[in-house]
Amino acid sequence: EYEPSHIYLNRAVSAGAAAVVSARTYADFTNEATFEIKKCDTFKLDEGPATQVVMTRDEGLQYYRTMQTMRRMELKADQLYKQKIIRGFCHLYDGQEACAVGIEAAINLSDHLITAYRAHGYTYTRGGTVKKIMAELTGRRGGIAKGKGGSMHMYCKHFYGGNGIVGAQVPLGAGVALACKYQGNSELCVCLYGDGAANQGQIFETYNMAALWKLPVIFICENNGYGMGTSVERAAASTDYFKRGEFIPGVRVDGMDVLCVREASRFAADYCRSGKGPILMELQTYRYHGHSMSDPGVSYRTREEIQEVRSKSDPISMLKDRMLSNNMASVEELKEIDVEVRKEIEDAAQFATTDPEPPLEDLCNHIFHNNPPLEVRGTNPWSKLKSVS
Amino acid sequence: QKRRFTFNLNCPTQKMNLFQSITSALDNTLASDPTAVIFGEDVAFGGVFRCTVGLRDKYGKDRVFNTPLCEQGIVGFGIGAAVAGATAIAEIQFADYIYPAFDQIVNEAAKYRYRSGNLFDCGSLTIRAPWGCVGHGSLYHSQSPEAFFAHCPGIKVVIPRSPVQAKGLLLSCIADKNPCIFFEPKILYRAAVEQVPEEPYIIPLSQAEILQEGSDVTLVAWGTQIHVMKEVAAMAQEKLGVSCEVIDLQTILPWDTETICKSVVKTGRLLISHEAPITGGFAAEISSTVQEECFLNLEAPISRVCGYDTPFPHIFEPFYIPDKWKCFEAIKKMINY
Repeated sequence: EYEPSHIYLNRAVSAGAAAVVSARTYADFTNEATFEIKKCDTFKLDEGPATQVVMTRDEGLQYYRTMQTMRRMELKADQLYKQKIIRGFCHLYDGQEACAVGIEAAINLSDHLITAYRAHGYTYTRGGTVKKIMAELTGRRGGIAKGKGGSMHMYCKHFYGGNGIVGAQVPLGAGVALACKYQGNSELCVCLYGDGAANQGQIFETYNMAALWKLPVIFICENNGYGMGTSVERAAASTDYFKRGEFIPGVRVDGMDVLCVREASRFAADYCRSGKGPILMELQTYRYHGHSMSDPGVSYRTREEIQEVRSKSDPISMLKDRMLSNNMASVEELKEIDVEVRKEIEDAAQFATTDPEPPLEDLCNHIFHNNPPLEVRGTNPWSKLKSVS
Repeated sequence: QKRRFTFNLNCPTQKMNLFQSITSALDNTLASDPTAVIFGEDVAFGGVFRCTVGLRDKYGKDRVFNTPLCEQGIVGFGIGAAVAGATAIAEIQFADYIYPAFDQIVNEAAKYRYRSGNLFDCGSLTIRAPWGCVGHGSLYHSQSPEAFFAHCPGIKVVIPRSPVQAKGLLLSCIADKNPCIFFEPKILYRAAVEQVPEEPYIIPLSQAEILQEGSDVTLVAWGTQIHVMKEVAAMAQEKLGVSCEVIDLQTILPWDTETICKSVVKTGRLLISHEAPITGGFAAEISSTVQEECFLNLEAPISRVCGYDTPFPHIFEPFYIPDKWKCFEAIKKMINY
């Protein structure tokens, strides 16, 4: 939850005002501003998302804090991986923060979301804490999946992961949407996949089912330009991923602008909730790191390209510039948020490094649902372990 | 008798690790067979494990090319290319990702010759995939799915233990007139280094290799686990005075029942070990056949030291894998039965 920082006391009118924590209007700052955002390309739609949007100061600060937390969390994970405290596979999300934050800003926590393996950001926006996410990366019992899933398999309420097999999460997302429709709770499912996964067969099977049964699912292709090391031009006969649904309407969105993503997601959510069926969004975004920590990320693209995106389209910088130039926040205020975020990440990393590993009994737990406990055979014929759920 | 492949001992050899020996085999194939093509995810730049480095530059981009991310498509496409007469070598990036292609392999590739009354076949198809645990792979980069495919008549499944074996067996698979799946132990890609002949050579399929002769216990394994077995055999000799016969199965399907049974008739005890989960793992098939053929020769129940019946764990990998201590304990139990 966001609370105004105590540094505002320096600007507060009187000491008495310091006792009030929320809903202050500062005479110094603009409370809300209207922004022009890029028009989205549409496919089989008569109208697209709005191009003039309003953002309030509180929203801006919240987006900033969330994106900065995600950014610092990923960079910390990078550091821990290089120190071999995190092992296995680690796919970092930095550069793509606007997607997760923008989507979450447009839906409710009661809606559902599923994505692939680049999932740390979504785990956070869906309600996971940095502490639990980092402890899962290091494989400790305090992790969000009890240390048994690792980087690619993080879950929390209404967030179905975290999926390692490319494209496998998409039919799953449609199934969740079916449950929403069946239960009549006007919830929807946001179902994400990448540009590489867009060429998997099961995605097209899912498009068909979702359209046929008018499921409330928002398909989102996070197009970061590369499927591992293969650029989209070399992998796809058509790089217009938002048109791939053929009979499903589509929108192409600037995924580096959090307001663009939010507006398009709002548009898509309204579309779904009105019972019109599925809709497809392509978010054009970029990842700074390589595909995973074992990929330096510079053998298939130039450092200049990465630098250019960082300097011209970084989502956090863009938001910061917008807020500062519209007098919605001060430099010191944002710096204070940075300091708080850094501390939160440090504490989480400390926890993740010191928390004990899951107990050995967990090796065989949660294979099945079982009552009474099930015996698990394994490495030697005379010893059996018990599995409990 | 030891079954050994024969090759000209005077031919030049080169120090190669496992992935280099694979590259050498593929290089030989592309050079001698103009219909040979290699395709899969990321093979053009050399592959995520460097198995195809240099081949695109040498043989052209119409012979070594990338596919999009679509395993079912890759194998289906490979079957088609093979039926039309090409020597198709498909790469699946990790054996853990082979399941979307399972239908194509089991229902299409394996049954093509049978259902067409020998009119058509996709024998010139070979599918390669990195296989087995690697220390940090967890659920989806460590699997050993040979047991799923062993249940499918019509295909061959082969797993090498070292660079010399890998090159010979891969060339055999490519030459074999049946669709073959060739699993490459990924942990050995860099770790296993040998002097490998530069010229092509084949190691016959469906022939198990006796690495070390013994009289008390037969140890059967394949791939990475063979190296564990060799250590266990040394431990057993030193600590228990037990003489172990170590056999590398090499071809999982169709497997060499004769060599294994002959060995068990001699020793009376059998230990089979693999990383894959114990229930329905390939050790079960070997165990079942051996007890049918050699029942009266058995001195102790056949022992299987395999992975647990759990998904391949992330943090618990060291406890999951059938290491040398577990195998050693099993031998002790069999000797004292």
